Amino acid sequence: MFGKFNVKYLSLVVTIGLFLLMYGLGAKLYTGFLSPQVFLNLFIDNAFLGVTAIGMTFVIISGGIDLSVGCVIALTTMISAHCLEVSHWNPALVILLVLLVGSALGFAMGCLIHFFKLPPFIVTLAGYFLARGLCYVISIDTIPITNSFYTKVSQYRIPMPGHSFISINVIIMLVVVLAAIYLAHYTKFGRTVYAIGGNEQSAILMGLPVGRTKILVYTLNGFLSALAGVVFTIYMLSGYGLHAVGMEMDAIAAAVIGGTLLSGGVGYVFGTLFGVLILGTIQTLIEFQGTLSSWWTKIVIGVLLFLFCLLQRLFETGKGLKIKAKPAEAKPDPEPGALQPHPR
Amino acid sequence: MARFLSTFFRKLTGTKLFWPLLALALLLLFNLVFTKGFFHIQIKDGHLYGSLIDVLNRAAPLMLISIGLTLVIATSGIDISVGAVVAISGALVAMLIGGNLVLKDGVQTYVTLVPMSVAIVAAVLVSGVFGLWNGFLVSRVGMQPIVATLILITAGRGVAQLITSGQIITIYYKPYFFVGNGFLLGIPFSLYMVLAVLLFTLLLTRRTALGLFIESIGINPRASRMTGINAKNLLLLVYTFSAICAGIAGLIVCSNVKSADGNNAGLYFELDAILAVVLGGTSMTGGKFYLLGSVVGALIIQALTTTIYSIGVPPEITLVVKAVVVFLVMMFQSSTFRGIVFGRSGKQVA
Repeated sequence: MFGKFNVKYLSLVVTIGLFLLMYGLGAKLYTGFLSPQVFLNLFIDNAFLGVTAIGMTFVIISGGIDLSVGCVIALTTMISAHCLEVSHWNPALVILLVLLVGSALGFAMGCLIHFFKLPPFIVTLAGYFLARGLCYVISIDTIPITNSFYTKVSQYRIPMPGHSFISINVIIMLVVVLAAIYLAHYTKFGRTVYAIGGNEQSAILMGLPVGRTKILVYTLNGFLSALAGVVFTIYMLSGYGLHAVGMEMDAIAAAVIGGTLLSGGVGYVFGTLFGVLILGTIQTLIEFQGTLSSWWTKIVIGVLLFLFCLLQRLFETGKGLKIKAKPAEAKPDPEPGALQPHPR
Repeated sequence: MARFLSTFFRKLTGTKLFWPLLALALLLLFNLVFTKGFFHIQIKDGHLYGSLIDVLNRAAPLMLISIGLTLVIATSGIDISVGAVVAISGALVAMLIGGNLVLKDGVQTYVTLVPMSVAIVAAVLVSGVFGLWNGFLVSRVGMQPIVATLILITAGRGVAQLITSGQIITIYYKPYFFVGNGFLLGIPFSLYMVLAVLLFTLLLTRRTALGLFIESIGINPRASRMTGINAKNLLLLVYTFSAICAGIAGLIVCSNVKSADGNNAGLYFELDAILAVVLGGTSMTGGKFYLLGSVVGALIIQALTTTIYSIGVPPEITLVVKAVVVFLVMMFQSSTFRGIVFGRSGKQVA
């Protein structure tokens, strides 16, 4: 039992350990790295990534993938900027609208995936093109946001101990993290998502609402991408069709580094949070180093991704060995029993 | 007439190639009506010149990548790192040729750091090594193809920028421009490269059992292993080939724009190439593949882009059109959808 517990959480432990190690490395190498603000900046600068990576975690746990999240974020910034600056809508209405648009897009993709049995990869590719294209339908240029509500939210600083602060975005992200942990581990929906990712056929045979849950997962991801878009809009204070290019890869990377298995069925929202923090720490480390260029971030993330995928493969083959080992152990059992009815 | 054409095509290549060809024909027909001078081809400076030639020339990199990707998708795999490999190949060739403008007595002289042939071979070989790495991860480590190539898509652009030191290298060495902009016997040189790769691949997959093996891996990996097909080495080969195709495409892209940009060279090529392959009739789930279909698919995408440019719609709208195209194609590939649309109508007829 203890061994099982260990394997289940090992990936999570490795992730958190790696984060502490990297942060410790930074603290040892650079003075000022340990200042509370540097740590809190990790959250401030990666809040949008955190929100969207959590949505991605659900999708990946369910055994799917969503390539459209970066583009949905861009579309959200574009719609927000257009409605605020050109049409002068009420900010509350704008936020409601973009959340609806994101959810609707996710819902549509989920329906296509479920009802037509299409590969998520291709469906979300269509969503990718559509969302990115719609950005340019609205405008080809950057639209800066000067709306007083958005700028106020953007500049608002919540004081924290040690002369540091966090932004409202961080609060949004933390609320999403807590809600997602509750959703994943304490609700029927969450358990069904894990069951689908583990074995969809079995989930259907168990009578779980597979179709509904699958559509809901993509809807949730659409919603969270749009929310990440709102957070991103507040962070950047502009709408632009080229915002968040490649964000889907970052979100997938954060989930994988956080211990989510890309084959589905295994993963933790809490791990994804640390995946995001690790990506942020890499960036901060390279910024502190100063002479290393930003492209090293990509290479380091790639290497980390490789290591974690390798680790996951080891777990998977380890699991495979266990399954193989069980029948071998079980075999001797029936034989004594089978012999008993024939005492000649 | 249309009926005659359709039966003609059916006889010629089978039904699978008919639909992409029809799509291409419709697109060209649209241009015949709405775009002035689209079909106007003239001879300028001893080579062919016109919109159609332009489409062919610009589609060359995509056609090459699609050929390589077709084989990968046939094994029910995917290679999303091709765009990054394009960038790496371009960066390497630019670095090896050197980005310095050399003036002698006020006249530009063409100097390379290493001979051009060496630079080209090196770039293609290094691309192959990256493909080998993808193939190794998929076949030996047993990663899912999308994960294995995701690693390279993340790190690949970093590597490309590492090669160019984060700058855009401009190439001044004129002989190299021939690769992407040159003409041989009046036809763009890049097309000869596409033709060579296509013929090579066709011969290799259709005149030997290799194509059959690749399809069998895509349809049932286990059964094909049981029959003694060396799936591991075949996967290795297929991913390497895909990256080599991307490497050659990188040479053309780099030569076309006379520079190497680690960030933007080959951006989104993977998505366009997947679209081209799917348009060509190869299913994402693997199995039967259609190399000629993929080439036609690439041509459709380029013709679409050129059409949108020439009718004066903002070029960014292309993405929305592409979304619609992906949507339609995947609906037609879904058996459920076909069942709803054609199954019912078929029952009514019967």
